[in-house]
Amino acid sequence: MIANRQLLLLTLLLIFTLISVLFSLLSGSVEISLGQLVSNFSSAENNLSRQVLEEIRIPRTLAAFVTGGLLSLSGVIMQVLLRNPLADPYILGISGGAAVGALSAILLGVSGFWLSNAAFGGAGISILLVFGIANKFGSWSVTRLLLTGVVVSAGWGAVINILLTTSSTNNVQSMLFWLMGDLSQSQVGVGHFLLLLIGLAGGLVLSRSLNVLIRGELLAVSLGISIRPLRLLLFFSASAFTATAVTIAGSVGFVGLIIPHMLRLLGARDHRMLIPCSILLGGSFLVFADSLARTLIAPQQLPVGVVTAVIGVPAFILILRSTIRK
Amino acid sequence: MATLQLQSLDIEIAGKSICQNLTVQIAANERWALLGKNGAGKTTLLHSLIGQRSANKGNILLDGVDIVNLTQRELASKIGILFQQGMDTLPATVFETAMLGRYPHLQSLFKDEPKDIDIARAALAAFDLQALSEREVDTLSGGELQRLALAMLLAQTPQVFLLDEPSNHLDVAFQVKLLSVLEEKIAENSASLLMATHDINLAARFCEHIILLLDDGEFLLGERDEILSEENLSKAYNCSIKSVTSGNQQLFYPA
Repeated sequence: MIANRQLLLLTLLLIFTLISVLFSLLSGSVEISLGQLVSNFSSAENNLSRQVLEEIRIPRTLAAFVTGGLLSLSGVIMQVLLRNPLADPYILGISGGAAVGALSAILLGVSGFWLSNAAFGGAGISILLVFGIANKFGSWSVTRLLLTGVVVSAGWGAVINILLTTSSTNNVQSMLFWLMGDLSQSQVGVGHFLLLLIGLAGGLVLSRSLNVLIRGELLAVSLGISIRPLRLLLFFSASAFTATAVTIAGSVGFVGLIIPHMLRLLGARDHRMLIPCSILLGGSFLVFADSLARTLIAPQQLPVGVVTAVIGVPAFILILRSTIRK
Repeated sequence: MATLQLQSLDIEIAGKSICQNLTVQIAANERWALLGKNGAGKTTLLHSLIGQRSANKGNILLDGVDIVNLTQRELASKIGILFQQGMDTLPATVFETAMLGRYPHLQSLFKDEPKDIDIARAALAAFDLQALSEREVDTLSGGELQRLALAMLLAQTPQVFLLDEPSNHLDVAFQVKLLSVLEEKIAENSASLLMATHDINLAARFCEHIILLLDDGEFLLGERDEILSEENLSKAYNCSIKSVTSGNQQLFYPA
Protein backbone atom coordinates (compact mmCIF):
# COMPACT_ATOMS: atom_id res chain seq x y z
CA MET A 1 0.00 0.00 0.00
CA ILE A 2 2.79 2.35 0.92
CA ALA A 3 4.73 1.23 -2.11
CA ASN A 4 1.72 2.12 -4.30
CA ARG A 5 1.50 5.59 -2.83
CA GLN A 6 5.16 6.17 -3.52
CA LEU A 7 4.84 4.85 -7.04
CA LEU A 8 2.01 7.32 -7.56
CA LEU A 9 4.20 10.17 -6.33
CA LEU A 10 6.99 9.16 -8.68
CA THR A 11 4.57 8.97 -11.61
CA LEU A 12 3.11 12.38 -10.81
CA LEU A 13 6.60 13.83 -10.65
CA LEU A 14 7.48 12.35 -14.02
CA ILE A 15 4.33 13.92 -15.49
CA PHE A 16 5.16 17.24 -13.83
CA THR A 17 8.66 17.06 -15.29
CA LEU A 18 7.25 16.47 -18.77
CA ILE A 19 4.77 19.33 -18.41
CA SER A 20 7.39 21.74 -17.13
CA VAL A 21 9.73 20.90 -20.00
CA LEU A 22 6.94 21.41 -22.56
CA PHE A 23 5.91 24.65 -20.85
CA SER A 24 9.49 25.86 -20.99
CA LEU A 25 9.91 24.94 -24.67
CA LEU A 26 6.62 26.58 -25.67
CA SER A 27 6.92 29.84 -23.73
CA GLY A 28 8.92 32.84 -24.84
CA SER A 29 8.76 35.82 -27.13
CA VAL A 30 8.61 33.71 -30.29
CA GLU A 31 5.27 31.88 -30.47
CA ILE A 32 5.76 28.17 -30.94
CA SER A 33 2.79 25.84 -30.80
CA LEU A 34 2.80 22.22 -29.72
CA GLY A 35 2.23 21.19 -33.34
CA GLN A 36 5.21 23.20 -34.50
CA LEU A 37 7.32 21.70 -31.73
CA VAL A 38 6.53 18.19 -32.92
CA SER A 39 7.00 19.01 -36.61
CA ASN A 40 10.28 20.73 -35.87
CA PHE A 41 11.65 17.58 -34.40
CA SER A 42 10.40 15.38 -37.22
CA SER A 43 11.40 17.51 -40.22
CA ALA A 44 14.77 18.67 -41.35
CA GLU A 45 13.45 22.10 -42.29
CA ASN A 46 15.41 24.99 -40.86
CA ASN A 47 13.26 27.90 -39.78
CA LEU A 48 13.06 30.50 -37.05
CA SER A 49 11.16 28.42 -34.53
CA ARG A 50 13.58 25.55 -34.94
CA GLN A 51 16.48 27.90 -34.43
CA VAL A 52 14.92 29.39 -31.30
CA LEU A 53 14.31 25.92 -29.91
CA GLU A 54 17.72 24.50 -30.68
CA GLU A 55 19.81 27.49 -29.80
CA ILE A 56 17.92 29.05 -26.93
CA ARG A 57 15.11 27.14 -25.32
CA ILE A 58 16.38 23.57 -25.28
CA PRO A 59 19.84 24.44 -23.86
CA ARG A 60 18.26 26.70 -21.27
CA THR A 61 15.68 24.11 -20.26
CA LEU A 62 18.39 21.51 -19.88
CA ALA A 63 20.52 23.90 -17.86
CA ALA A 64 17.59 24.63 -15.56
CA PHE A 65 16.82 20.96 -15.06
CA VAL A 66 20.40 19.97 -14.27
CA THR A 67 20.87 22.91 -11.90
CA GLY A 68 17.63 22.25 -10.04
CA GLY A 69 18.34 18.53 -9.83
CA LEU A 70 21.86 19.04 -8.50
CA LEU A 71 20.78 21.65 -5.94
CA SER A 72 17.95 19.54 -4.66
CA LEU A 73 20.13 16.43 -4.42
CA SER A 74 22.79 18.43 -2.62
CA GLY A 75 20.13 19.75 -0.23
CA VAL A 76 19.03 16.22 0.67
CA ILE A 77 22.62 15.18 1.35
CA MET A 78 23.46 18.28 3.40
CA GLN A 79 20.35 17.79 5.53
CA VAL A 80 21.48 14.25 6.35
CA LEU A 81 25.15 15.16 6.78
CA LEU A 82 24.44 18.04 9.15
CA ARG A 83 21.31 16.45 10.62
CA ASN A 84 19.73 19.85 10.45
CA PRO A 85 16.47 20.66 8.71
CA LEU A 86 17.74 24.16 7.91
CA ALA A 87 20.70 22.86 5.97
CA ASP A 88 20.77 23.75 2.30
CA PRO A 89 23.41 23.43 -0.42
CA TYR A 90 24.85 26.81 0.47
CA ILE A 91 25.10 26.43 4.24
CA LEU A 92 28.77 25.48 4.17
CA GLY A 93 29.81 28.59 2.26
CA ILE A 94 30.20 27.05 -1.19
CA SER A 95 27.98 29.59 -2.90
CA GLY A 96 29.78 32.40 -1.07
CA GLY A 97 33.13 31.27 -2.41
CA ALA A 98 31.68 30.85 -5.88
CA ALA A 99 30.09 34.30 -5.66
CA VAL A 100 33.36 35.96 -4.75
CA GLY A 101 34.99 34.20 -7.70
CA ALA A 102 32.22 35.16 -10.09
CA LEU A 103 31.93 38.76 -8.90
CA SER A 104 35.67 39.24 -9.16
CA ALA A 105 35.47 37.95 -12.73
CA ILE A 106 32.66 40.41 -13.51
CA LEU A 107 34.76 43.18 -11.98
CA LEU A 108 37.64 42.21 -14.24
CA GLY A 109 35.26 42.38 -17.18
CA VAL A 110 35.37 38.73 -18.20
CA SER A 111 32.34 36.57 -18.88
CA GLY A 112 31.28 33.15 -20.11
CA PHE A 113 33.98 30.54 -19.78
CA TRP A 114 36.23 32.51 -17.44
CA LEU A 115 33.40 33.62 -15.23
CA SER A 116 32.33 29.99 -14.82
CA ASN A 117 35.87 28.96 -14.02
CA ALA A 118 36.24 31.75 -11.49
CA ALA A 119 32.99 30.69 -9.80
CA PHE A 120 34.01 27.04 -9.76
CA GLY A 121 37.44 27.96 -8.43
CA GLY A 122 35.90 30.09 -5.68
CA ALA A 123 33.61 27.23 -4.71
CA GLY A 124 36.56 24.85 -4.64
CA ILE A 125 38.60 27.14 -2.40
CA SER A 126 35.66 27.46 -0.06
CA ILE A 127 35.12 23.68 0.14
CA LEU A 128 38.78 23.07 0.96
CA LEU A 129 38.81 25.91 3.45
CA VAL A 130 35.80 24.59 5.34
CA PHE A 131 37.09 21.03 5.20
CA GLY A 132 40.56 22.11 6.32
CA ILE A 133 39.35 24.11 9.29
CA ALA A 134 36.70 21.60 10.40
CA ASN A 135 39.06 18.67 9.96
CA LYS A 136 42.16 20.21 11.48
CA PHE A 137 40.99 19.70 15.02
CA GLY A 138 40.44 16.02 14.42
CA SER A 139 36.96 15.62 15.73
CA TRP A 140 35.13 16.60 12.50
CA SER A 141 31.90 16.83 14.40
CA VAL A 142 28.66 18.00 12.86
CA THR A 143 28.51 21.09 15.03
CA ARG A 144 32.07 22.07 14.18
CA LEU A 145 31.43 21.55 10.48
CA LEU A 146 28.25 23.57 10.62
CA LEU A 147 29.84 26.41 12.57
CA THR A 148 32.85 26.50 10.27
CA GLY A 149 30.54 26.64 7.26
CA VAL A 150 28.45 29.42 8.71
CA VAL A 151 31.50 31.48 9.66
CA VAL A 152 33.16 31.00 6.29
CA SER A 153 29.85 31.98 4.63
CA ALA A 154 29.76 35.15 6.69
CA GLY A 155 33.32 35.92 5.62
CA TRP A 156 32.44 35.52 1.94
CA GLY A 157 29.36 37.66 2.57
CA ALA A 158 31.55 40.50 3.72
CA VAL A 159 33.77 40.21 0.64
CA ILE A 160 30.67 40.15 -1.58
CA ASN A 161 29.45 43.36 0.05
CA ILE A 162 32.81 45.03 -0.49
CA LEU A 163 32.73 44.03 -4.15
CA LEU A 164 29.14 45.27 -4.56
CA THR A 165 29.69 48.62 -2.88
CA THR A 166 32.89 49.41 -4.72
CA SER A 167 31.79 48.38 -8.22
CA SER A 168 30.30 50.52 -10.96
CA THR A 169 26.50 50.51 -11.36
CA ASN A 170 26.82 48.61 -14.59
CA ASN A 171 28.73 45.78 -13.00
CA VAL A 172 26.47 45.73 -9.94
CA GLN A 173 23.51 44.82 -12.17
CA SER A 174 25.29 41.72 -13.50
CA MET A 175 26.54 40.89 -10.03
CA LEU A 176 23.04 41.00 -8.56
CA PHE A 177 21.75 38.73 -11.30
CA TRP A 178 24.52 36.25 -10.54
CA LEU A 179 23.84 36.41 -6.81
CA MET A 180 20.13 35.80 -7.20
CA GLY A 181 20.66 33.03 -9.70
CA ASP A 182 20.19 33.47 -13.41
CA LEU A 183 20.08 31.03 -16.28
CA SER A 184 20.35 33.43 -19.21
CA GLN A 185 24.08 32.82 -19.67
CA SER A 186 24.02 29.17 -18.73
CA GLN A 187 25.73 26.45 -20.68
CA VAL A 188 25.49 22.79 -19.87
CA GLY A 189 27.11 19.83 -21.54
CA VAL A 190 27.08 16.06 -21.35
CA GLY A 191 29.41 16.25 -18.36
CA HIS A 192 26.83 18.04 -16.27
CA PHE A 193 24.18 15.42 -17.01
CA LEU A 194 26.70 12.72 -16.29
CA LEU A 195 27.38 14.25 -12.88
CA LEU A 196 23.66 14.33 -12.14
CA LEU A 197 23.34 10.68 -13.18
CA ILE A 198 26.31 9.72 -11.03
CA GLY A 199 24.68 11.61 -8.17
CA LEU A 200 21.44 9.72 -8.70
CA ALA A 201 23.15 6.34 -8.88
CA GLY A 202 25.44 7.03 -5.94
CA GLY A 203 22.59 8.44 -3.90
CA LEU A 204 20.49 5.35 -4.55
CA VAL A 205 23.34 3.05 -3.58
CA LEU A 206 23.82 4.97 -0.34
CA SER A 207 20.13 5.51 0.34
CA ARG A 208 19.80 2.83 3.02
CA SER A 209 22.83 4.22 4.80
CA LEU A 210 21.32 7.71 4.63
CA ASN A 211 18.11 6.35 6.16
CA VAL A 212 20.16 5.15 9.11
CA LEU A 213 22.53 8.11 9.39
CA ILE A 214 19.70 10.63 9.59
CA ARG A 215 18.57 8.91 12.81
CA GLY A 216 21.81 9.82 14.54
CA GLU A 217 25.48 9.08 14.42
CA LEU A 218 25.61 6.73 17.39
CA LEU A 219 22.75 4.62 16.08
CA ALA A 220 24.39 4.53 12.65
CA VAL A 221 27.63 3.21 14.17
CA SER A 222 25.76 0.57 16.12
CA LEU A 223 23.98 -0.58 12.97
CA GLY A 224 27.22 -1.01 11.08
CA ILE A 225 27.97 2.24 9.28
CA SER A 226 31.55 3.47 9.10
CA ILE A 227 30.73 7.07 9.84
CA ARG A 228 33.90 8.84 8.83
CA PRO A 229 34.26 7.61 5.25
CA LEU A 230 30.53 8.03 4.67
CA ARG A 231 30.53 11.58 5.95
CA LEU A 232 33.58 12.51 3.89
CA LEU A 233 31.90 11.08 0.82
CA LEU A 234 28.69 12.99 1.54
CA PHE A 235 30.56 16.24 2.21
CA PHE A 236 32.59 16.12 -0.98
CA SER A 237 29.80 14.88 -3.24
CA ALA A 238 27.26 17.43 -2.01
CA SER A 239 29.94 20.11 -2.36
CA ALA A 240 30.72 19.05 -5.91
CA PHE A 241 27.02 19.12 -6.85
CA THR A 242 26.57 22.55 -5.32
CA ALA A 243 29.73 23.94 -6.90
CA THR A 244 28.62 22.68 -10.30
CA ALA A 245 25.12 24.09 -9.89
CA VAL A 246 26.28 27.56 -8.86
CA THR A 247 28.79 27.55 -11.68
CA ILE A 248 25.95 26.96 -14.13
CA ALA A 249 23.41 29.39 -12.74
CA GLY A 250 24.70 31.43 -9.81
CA SER A 251 23.25 30.97 -6.37
CA VAL A 252 19.64 30.06 -7.06
CA GLY A 253 17.96 29.99 -3.68
CA PHE A 254 15.22 27.89 -2.07
CA VAL A 255 15.38 24.88 -4.41
CA GLY A 256 17.90 22.97 -2.31
CA LEU A 257 16.18 23.82 0.94
CA ILE A 258 12.52 23.51 0.10
CA ILE A 259 12.25 20.70 -2.45
CA PRO A 260 13.54 17.94 -0.12
CA HIS A 261 11.26 19.14 2.68
CA MET A 262 8.25 19.31 0.36
CA LEU A 263 8.85 15.73 -0.71
CA ARG A 264 9.30 14.52 2.85
CA LEU A 265 5.97 16.12 3.69
CA LEU A 266 4.43 14.39 0.68
CA GLY A 267 5.60 11.05 2.04
CA ALA A 268 8.95 10.43 0.35
CA ARG A 269 10.98 10.03 3.54
CA ASP A 270 12.86 6.91 2.62
CA HIS A 271 15.96 8.02 0.69
CA ARG A 272 15.36 5.29 -1.87
CA MET A 273 12.38 7.45 -2.88
CA LEU A 274 13.55 10.86 -1.74
CA ILE A 275 16.65 10.96 -3.91
CA PRO A 276 15.06 10.25 -7.31
CA CYS A 277 12.03 12.38 -6.39
CA SER A 278 14.23 15.29 -5.36
CA ILE A 279 16.14 15.27 -8.60
CA LEU A 280 12.90 15.20 -10.61
CA LEU A 281 11.07 17.83 -8.61
CA GLY A 282 14.13 20.06 -8.16
CA GLY A 283 14.89 19.94 -11.87
CA SER A 284 11.34 20.45 -13.10
CA PHE A 285 10.63 23.14 -10.51
CA LEU A 286 13.58 25.16 -11.74
CA VAL A 287 12.57 24.60 -15.38
CA PHE A 288 9.12 25.89 -14.53
CA ALA A 289 10.43 28.85 -12.53
CA ASP A 290 12.84 29.79 -15.28
CA SER A 291 10.06 29.77 -17.90
CA LEU A 292 8.22 32.26 -15.73
CA ALA A 293 11.39 34.27 -15.10
CA ARG A 294 11.83 34.94 -18.79
CA THR A 295 8.17 35.51 -19.69
CA LEU A 296 6.50 37.25 -16.73
CA ILE A 297 7.76 40.74 -17.54
CA ALA A 298 9.07 40.04 -21.07
CA PRO A 299 11.04 41.37 -22.83
CA GLN A 300 12.79 41.96 -19.53
CA GLN A 301 13.98 38.91 -17.60
CA LEU A 302 13.77 38.29 -13.89
CA PRO A 303 16.56 36.42 -12.08
CA VAL A 304 15.25 32.87 -11.68
CA GLY A 305 16.23 32.90 -7.99
CA VAL A 306 13.53 35.50 -7.34
CA VAL A 307 10.91 33.35 -9.02
CA THR A 308 11.89 30.20 -7.10
CA ALA A 309 11.33 32.09 -3.87
CA VAL A 310 8.09 33.69 -5.01
CA ILE A 311 6.58 30.32 -5.99
CA GLY A 312 8.49 28.15 -3.54
CA VAL A 313 7.63 29.88 -0.31
CA PRO A 314 3.82 29.88 -0.66
CA ALA A 315 3.82 26.38 -2.18
CA PHE A 316 5.82 25.13 0.77
CA ILE A 317 3.58 26.80 3.33
CA LEU A 318 0.54 25.33 1.59
CA ILE A 319 1.92 21.79 1.74
CA LEU A 320 3.03 22.32 5.33
CA ARG A 321 -0.48 23.42 6.29
CA SER A 322 -2.25 20.63 4.48
CA THR A 323 -0.09 17.91 6.03
CA ILE A 324 -0.39 19.01 9.64
CA ARG A 325 -1.63 16.07 11.62
CA LYS A 326 -4.91 16.41 13.40
CA MET B 1 26.62 -18.28 19.21
CA ALA B 2 29.37 -15.85 19.93
CA THR B 3 31.89 -15.25 22.63
CA LEU B 4 32.93 -11.75 23.56
CA GLN B 5 36.32 -11.48 25.23
CA LEU B 6 37.79 -8.40 26.83
CA GLN B 7 41.53 -8.80 27.29
CA SER B 8 43.55 -6.56 29.62
CA LEU B 9 41.35 -3.66 28.64
CA ASP B 10 42.25 -0.12 29.71
CA ILE B 11 39.71 2.58 28.95
CA GLU B 12 40.06 6.23 29.80
CA ILE B 13 37.81 9.15 29.08
CA ALA B 14 38.98 12.73 29.56
CA GLY B 15 41.92 11.56 31.66
CA LYS B 16 39.72 9.49 33.97
CA SER B 17 40.31 5.78 34.10
CA ILE B 18 37.18 3.68 33.63
CA CYS B 19 38.81 0.30 33.92
CA GLN B 20 42.34 -1.00 34.09
CA ASN B 21 43.37 -4.44 32.99
CA LEU B 22 39.79 -5.66 32.62
CA THR B 23 39.73 -9.25 31.44
CA VAL B 24 36.41 -10.99 31.13
CA GLN B 25 34.77 -13.50 28.85
CA ILE B 26 31.09 -13.29 28.04
CA ALA B 27 30.04 -16.60 26.53
CA ALA B 28 26.83 -17.54 24.75
CA ASN B 29 23.82 -17.88 27.05
CA GLU B 30 25.48 -15.80 29.76
CA ARG B 31 23.87 -12.72 31.20
CA TRP B 32 26.05 -10.03 32.70
CA ALA B 33 25.18 -6.81 34.46
CA LEU B 34 27.44 -3.77 34.44
CA LEU B 35 26.99 -1.79 37.63
CA GLY B 36 28.64 1.33 38.97
CA LYS B 37 27.70 4.75 40.17
CA ASN B 38 26.80 7.62 37.86
CA GLY B 39 29.81 8.59 35.80
CA ALA B 40 31.64 5.34 36.54
CA GLY B 41 31.96 4.74 32.80
CA LYS B 42 29.32 2.10 32.08
CA THR B 43 28.23 3.77 28.86
CA THR B 44 31.80 4.45 27.75
CA LEU B 45 32.65 0.78 28.22
CA LEU B 46 29.62 -0.31 26.18
CA HIS B 47 30.48 2.15 23.41
CA SER B 48 33.97 0.67 23.20
CA LEU B 49 32.43 -2.72 22.54
CA ILE B 50 30.62 -1.50 19.42
CA GLY B 51 33.72 0.19 18.05
CA GLN B 52 32.36 3.66 18.63
CA ARG B 53 35.52 4.55 20.55
CA SER B 54 38.72 2.61 20.87
CA ALA B 55 40.23 1.22 24.05
CA ASN B 56 43.45 2.77 25.30
CA LYS B 57 45.02 -0.63 25.77
CA GLY B 58 44.07 -4.24 25.42
CA ASN B 59 41.87 -6.08 22.98
CA ILE B 60 38.23 -6.83 22.43
CA LEU B 61 37.73 -10.15 20.70
CA LEU B 62 34.57 -11.46 19.14
CA ASP B 63 34.83 -15.21 18.56
CA GLY B 64 38.59 -14.85 18.76
CA VAL B 65 38.83 -12.02 16.21
CA ASP B 66 39.90 -8.58 17.37
CA ILE B 67 37.03 -6.21 16.61
CA VAL B 68 39.43 -3.69 15.05
CA ASN B 69 39.84 -6.25 12.26
CA LEU B 70 36.11 -6.47 11.63
CA THR B 71 34.18 -4.05 9.47
CA GLN B 72 31.64 -1.94 11.30
CA ARG B 73 28.96 -3.93 9.52
CA GLU B 74 30.32 -7.33 10.51
CA LEU B 75 30.47 -6.09 14.08
CA ALA B 76 26.90 -4.77 13.92
CA SER B 77 25.59 -8.08 12.63
CA LYS B 78 26.84 -9.72 15.84
CA ILE B 79 26.70 -7.04 18.54
CA GLY B 80 23.65 -4.84 19.05
CA ILE B 81 23.09 -2.09 21.56
CA LEU B 82 20.16 -0.31 23.15
CA PHE B 83 21.23 3.27 23.76
CA GLN B 84 20.54 5.14 26.94
CA GLN B 85 19.30 8.39 25.48
CA GLY B 86 16.53 6.90 23.40
CA MET B 87 15.81 7.56 19.77
CA ASP B 88 15.39 10.73 17.82
CA THR B 89 11.81 11.03 16.72
CA LEU B 90 12.29 11.94 13.11
CA PRO B 91 9.28 11.57 10.87
CA ALA B 92 9.07 7.82 10.29
CA THR B 93 6.67 5.03 11.05
CA VAL B 94 7.13 2.41 13.74
CA PHE B 95 7.65 -0.29 11.12
CA GLU B 96 10.22 1.74 9.16
CA THR B 97 12.12 2.23 12.39
CA ALA B 98 12.09 -1.46 13.30
CA MET B 99 13.34 -2.23 9.77
CA LEU B 100 16.44 -0.12 10.44
CA GLY B 101 17.53 -2.91 12.75
CA ARG B 102 17.91 -5.13 9.71
CA TYR B 103 20.47 -2.79 8.12
CA PRO B 104 23.58 -4.84 8.95
CA HIS B 105 22.04 -7.93 7.35
CA LEU B 106 20.46 -6.44 4.24
CA GLN B 107 21.58 -7.96 0.97
CA SER B 108 19.67 -6.02 -1.65
CA LEU B 109 20.24 -2.31 -2.23
CA PHE B 110 16.60 -1.45 -2.77
CA LYS B 111 14.28 -4.33 -2.17
CA ASP B 112 13.17 -5.25 1.34
CA GLU B 113 13.34 -9.04 1.43
CA PRO B 114 10.28 -10.83 2.87
CA LYS B 115 12.58 -12.49 5.39
CA ASP B 116 13.71 -9.14 6.79
CA ILE B 117 10.16 -7.81 6.86
CA ASP B 118 9.06 -10.91 8.78
CA ILE B 119 11.85 -10.51 11.31
CA ALA B 120 10.98 -6.84 11.87
CA ARG B 121 7.27 -7.70 12.25
CA ALA B 122 8.04 -10.46 14.71
CA ALA B 123 10.25 -8.11 16.72
CA LEU B 124 7.42 -5.56 16.91
CA ALA B 125 4.99 -8.29 17.93
CA ALA B 126 7.33 -9.45 20.69
CA PHE B 127 6.96 -6.04 22.30
CA ASP B 128 3.24 -5.68 21.57
CA LEU B 129 3.77 -3.00 18.95
CA GLN B 130 2.23 -4.72 15.93
CA ALA B 131 -0.92 -2.63 16.19
CA LEU B 132 1.18 0.54 16.04
CA SER B 133 3.17 -0.49 12.94
CA GLU B 134 1.95 2.36 10.78
CA ARG B 135 1.95 4.98 13.53
CA GLU B 136 4.32 7.93 13.31
CA VAL B 137 7.19 7.59 15.76
CA ASP B 138 6.71 11.12 17.05
CA THR B 139 3.23 10.24 18.31
CA LEU B 140 4.53 7.53 20.63
CA SER B 141 4.85 7.82 24.40
CA GLY B 142 8.21 7.47 26.14
CA GLY B 143 7.45 3.89 27.10
CA GLU B 144 6.34 2.98 23.58
CA LEU B 145 9.51 4.51 22.18
CA GLN B 146 11.62 2.42 24.53
CA ARG B 147 9.72 -0.68 23.43
CA LEU B 148 10.33 0.30 19.82
CA ALA B 149 14.05 0.69 20.51
CA LEU B 150 14.04 -2.81 22.03
CA ALA B 151 12.14 -4.16 19.00
CA MET B 152 14.69 -2.58 16.67
CA LEU B 153 17.49 -4.23 18.65
CA LEU B 154 15.69 -7.57 18.48
CA ALA B 155 15.24 -7.14 14.71
CA GLN B 156 19.00 -6.69 14.47
CA THR B 157 19.29 -10.32 15.73
CA PRO B 158 22.65 -9.81 17.38
CA GLN B 159 24.45 -12.54 19.28
CA VAL B 160 25.57 -10.15 21.96
CA PHE B 161 22.92 -7.79 23.35
CA LEU B 162 24.25 -4.67 25.04
CA LEU B 163 21.68 -2.67 26.98
CA ASP B 164 22.37 0.77 28.40
CA GLU B 165 19.84 1.57 31.11
CA PRO B 166 17.04 -0.51 29.57
CA SER B 167 14.62 0.48 32.33
CA ASN B 168 14.62 4.16 31.27
CA HIS B 169 11.09 5.43 30.60
CA LEU B 170 9.54 2.20 31.82
CA ASP B 171 7.35 1.66 34.86
CA VAL B 172 8.22 -1.22 37.20
CA ALA B 173 5.78 -3.63 35.58
CA PHE B 174 7.10 -2.94 32.08
CA GLN B 175 10.73 -3.14 33.24
CA VAL B 176 10.22 -6.71 34.34
CA LYS B 177 7.88 -7.66 31.52
CA LEU B 178 10.03 -6.32 28.69
CA LEU B 179 13.26 -7.65 30.08
CA SER B 180 11.60 -11.05 30.48
CA VAL B 181 10.59 -10.96 26.82
CA LEU B 182 14.10 -10.00 25.83
CA GLU B 183 15.60 -12.64 28.10
CA GLU B 184 13.44 -15.27 26.45
CA LYS B 185 14.51 -14.17 22.94
CA ILE B 186 18.15 -14.07 23.99
CA ALA B 187 17.86 -17.60 25.34
CA GLU B 188 16.10 -18.81 22.16
CA ASN B 189 19.01 -17.57 20.06
CA SER B 190 21.73 -18.69 22.47
CA ALA B 191 22.85 -15.08 22.58
CA SER B 192 24.44 -13.28 25.49
CA LEU B 193 23.59 -10.12 27.39
CA LEU B 194 25.56 -7.29 28.96
CA MET B 195 23.31 -4.77 30.65
CA ALA B 196 24.45 -1.50 32.18
CA THR B 197 22.00 -0.32 34.77
CA HIS B 198 21.72 1.71 37.93
CA ASP B 199 19.05 -0.63 39.23
CA ILE B 200 20.85 -3.20 41.39
CA ASN B 201 17.72 -5.29 41.93
CA LEU B 202 16.94 -5.45 38.23
CA ALA B 203 20.50 -6.59 37.60
CA ALA B 204 20.21 -9.22 40.33
CA ARG B 205 16.96 -10.48 38.88
CA PHE B 206 18.13 -10.94 35.28
CA CYS B 207 21.87 -11.50 35.40
CA GLU B 208 23.92 -14.21 37.03
CA HIS B 209 27.24 -12.43 36.47
CA ILE B 210 28.19 -8.93 37.54
CA ILE B 211 30.87 -6.38 36.64
CA LEU B 212 30.93 -3.74 39.35
CA LEU B 213 32.94 -0.63 38.46
CA LEU B 214 34.70 1.08 41.36
CA ASP B 215 36.74 4.27 41.39
CA ASP B 216 40.09 4.77 39.66
CA GLY B 217 39.74 2.01 37.10
CA GLU B 218 39.20 -0.74 39.65
CA PHE B 219 36.38 -3.21 39.41
CA LEU B 220 34.98 -6.42 40.81
CA LEU B 221 33.62 -9.17 38.64
CA GLY B 222 32.22 -12.59 39.09
CA GLU B 223 29.13 -14.50 40.10
CA ARG B 224 26.15 -12.47 41.22
CA ASP B 225 26.03 -13.81 44.77
CA GLU B 226 29.72 -13.19 45.22
CA ILE B 227 29.71 -9.60 44.01
CA LEU B 228 26.37 -8.29 45.21
CA SER B 229 27.07 -7.77 48.87
CA GLU B 230 26.32 -4.83 51.14
CA GLU B 231 30.03 -4.22 51.55
CA ASN B 232 30.91 -4.24 47.84
CA LEU B 233 27.95 -2.12 46.83
CA SER B 234 28.50 0.42 49.60
CA LYS B 235 32.06 0.81 48.39
CA ALA B 236 31.05 1.12 44.73
CA TYR B 237 28.29 3.66 45.27
CA ASN B 238 30.05 5.51 48.07
CA CYS B 239 26.89 5.26 50.14
CA SER B 240 25.71 2.80 52.74
CA ILE B 241 23.67 0.07 51.06
CA LYS B 242 21.69 -2.54 52.97
CA SER B 243 19.75 -5.58 51.86
CA VAL B 244 16.67 -7.51 52.87
CA THR B 245 15.62 -10.92 51.74
CA SER B 246 12.13 -11.40 50.43
CA GLY B 247 11.22 -14.92 49.39
CA ASN B 248 14.33 -16.17 47.65
CA GLN B 249 15.31 -12.75 46.36
CA GLN B 250 17.78 -10.43 48.01
CA LEU B 251 16.83 -6.76 47.61
CA PHE B 252 19.24 -3.84 48.01
CA TYR B 253 18.39 -0.33 49.14
CA PRO B 254 20.29 2.74 50.31
CA ALA B 255 20.32 2.94 54.08
